[in-house]
Amino acid sequence: MDLQSCVTIEKEWDIVQARQLGRDKARQVGFGTVDQARLTTAISELARNIYLYADSGKVCFEISEEDDQKGLTVIALDTGPGIKNISQVMEDGYSTTGGLGAGLPGVKRLVDQFDIRSEEGRGTEVKARKWLRNTN
Amino acid sequence: MRIPILKLHDYLLISIQTEMDDNTAIQFQEDLLDKIHQTGATGVVIDLTSVEIIDSFIAKVLGDVVTMSDLMGAKVVLTGIQPAVAVTLIDLGVHLKDVPTALDLEQGLIKLHQELGE
Repeated sequence: MDLQSCVTIEKEWDIVQARQLGRDKARQVGFGTVDQARLTTAISELARNIYLYADSGKVCFEISEEDDQKGLTVIALDTGPGIKNISQVMEDGYSTTGGLGAGLPGVKRLVDQFDIRSEEGRGTEVKARKWLRNTN
Repeated sequence: MRIPILKLHDYLLISIQTEMDDNTAIQFQEDLLDKIHQTGATGVVIDLTSVEIIDSFIAKVLGDVVTMSDLMGAKVVLTGIQPAVAVTLIDLGVHLKDVPTALDLEQGLIKLHQELGE
């Protein structure tokens, strides 16, 4: 596992920074253009959630290797208000800000593994991982 | 950052070539509506050939600007959506229903001609 790299999310432009770094990482791992777009979009959604709902947070990238699989893990961490009802935010169409509500359930569909932990008043951690598809 | 809007006869042409942050997207929405108002344009093509990702926010802004322009009396066609972007939007659950699209700028202009009955 290589060193983690992170982008701190405070300003709107940080969302763009996070997805640019994420795209570089995805390219580095060897993902094709469609999976690069999936990862970049997932990163954008997660970073926007931090920007909208938490005071500050960060998005980190970790190149994961397990058995003979290689992948990219995106970790979105914030110290925001936390999520009261996780099953509710995982429902399609749920939104508190009048957005499209594509947010978290959308992110889950874009990746292979998705894990969310949240504590009210403490913050939220989302881990989204995508594995490189074996072409042979 | 501002996205340039070009006028061609009764049409407005936009090619989005920058990595769009939320502000740029919102600014573009306002600029386009202003430009429709100023020029009396009846058709708009927004070309997305160089756009590598559309997340739910950008999708909402684009979908909204189509509806807003429609309210003002101008038809908008989105063109050049990349394969990776199309796949991602559907995974994300964004279907952009009722948004007219075409393969490229040329097809987009043909579609506008048809829709506007010119």
